[in-house]
Amino acid sequence: MATGRVMVIACGAIAREVLRIRDMNGWDHVEVQCLPAGLHNTPQAIPKAVSDKIEQVRNQADTLFVAYADCGTAGALDRVLEPLNIERLPGAHCYEFFAGSEAFGDLTDEQPGSFYLTDFLVRHFERLVIQGLGLDRHPELAGQYFGNYRRVVHLAQDGSRSLRRQAAGHAKRLGLDFDYRQFGDGPLAAALTPVLENAGPATDNGPSASLEKTP
Amino acid sequence: MTEEYDDIILADLSDEELIEQMYDDLYDGLADEVAEGTQILLDRGWEAKRILDEVLVAGMTIVGVDFRDGILFVPEVLMAANSMKAGMELLRPILADTGAKPIGKMVIGTVKGDIHDIGKNLVGMMMEGAGFEVVDLGINVEAETFAAALIEHRPDILGMSALLTTTMPYMQVVIDTLTERGLRDDFTVLVGGAPLNEEFSQAIGADAYCRDAAVAVETARRFVEGTA
Repeated sequence: MATGRVMVIACGAIAREVLRIRDMNGWDHVEVQCLPAGLHNTPQAIPKAVSDKIEQVRNQADTLFVAYADCGTAGALDRVLEPLNIERLPGAHCYEFFAGSEAFGDLTDEQPGSFYLTDFLVRHFERLVIQGLGLDRHPELAGQYFGNYRRVVHLAQDGSRSLRRQAAGHAKRLGLDFDYRQFGDGPLAAALTPVLENAGPATDNGPSASLEKTP
Repeated sequence: MTEEYDDIILADLSDEELIEQMYDDLYDGLADEVAEGTQILLDRGWEAKRILDEVLVAGMTIVGVDFRDGILFVPEVLMAANSMKAGMELLRPILADTGAKPIGKMVIGTVKGDIHDIGKNLVGMMMEGAGFEVVDLGINVEAETFAAALIEHRPDILGMSALLTTTMPYMQVVIDTLTERGLRDDFTVLVGGAPLNEEFSQAIGADAYCRDAAVAVETARRFVEGTA
């Protein structure tokens, strides 16, 4: 468990949720710095970006934590973190820690041809999915990318109806069925809590974090 | 200020100029132009195999290197691959008629639970371009299906692909199935996919991990030539 000041190096695509969980739990000892969310589309660049960030902030905190999963780095991120004894979020990617491993496993078993969207990806669908896959320039590639998919699953965090409507529209645009699953911040909070709660200086109030406080 | 460019008439170019132009067109994903250039070279008496090797595969190799180096990204590689495919479609019947013996045979598929096939298709195409016969089992392929295909087709190489950390362990299931049936040592097993690495390949008992299509082709070639 971490102690003292904690610096969380987070993927920009989950910044909103990490900050919300921190604030809801009153983790005043936790500072969050983010890397560009666009790295989601270039996972091979994540290990170096994280490594550079660690170098930049390592003297600013007692403990560092990396809010990335493996995120398509094929173990390369772990090869950066393990020698430094820095922990990261568990699992393969943000879909897994937003849904929780068991629920995510059930979703993929239920339909392997599922294309997942988080709230962030719903908001930034045009930039990260359409432009990121080059579909704005080459719409004829849509079949090659999505031909084997059957549905879009919105793994929702904040549960807004507006985002749900947007996600349904994205599914329609891709010609896929739409499924909505509301997970809130619970699974991510459950992953963050063991490493971030109680990590700050001891106070008269004792541990400041609790899962019940997270939405 | 705008610059004006004259349209390039491919048929007016010398062979050397045409090949350079076709490299550019393939790099830029211009399928119609690559097909046109392929037909022009055929009309000039080039053998299909030579066009395949010296123009399409060589052009795609340039694309592969730039993808590996982070200069090109997946959309551009797909467009280039589609262009190569347009040229190959003209060459395939001619190559079949020549009766040239493939340099090897590969059975390839994406493992059970996984529906991603962009990388697998790219490997299949590059293997075919390199002179391999390719039997593509598609996506979401079960161990039993792999085993049955290996018995039916007797390939030199089994290629397995997975894009997900949740599906890549299934490669071990396939290899275990082959081992149980006494088939494992009859084939070279190559594995690939974004979440894989060399360590994983060794851990599951594959013969090699291939990080991209070009590496897959070179690795397969070394195994069939006995130089691996």
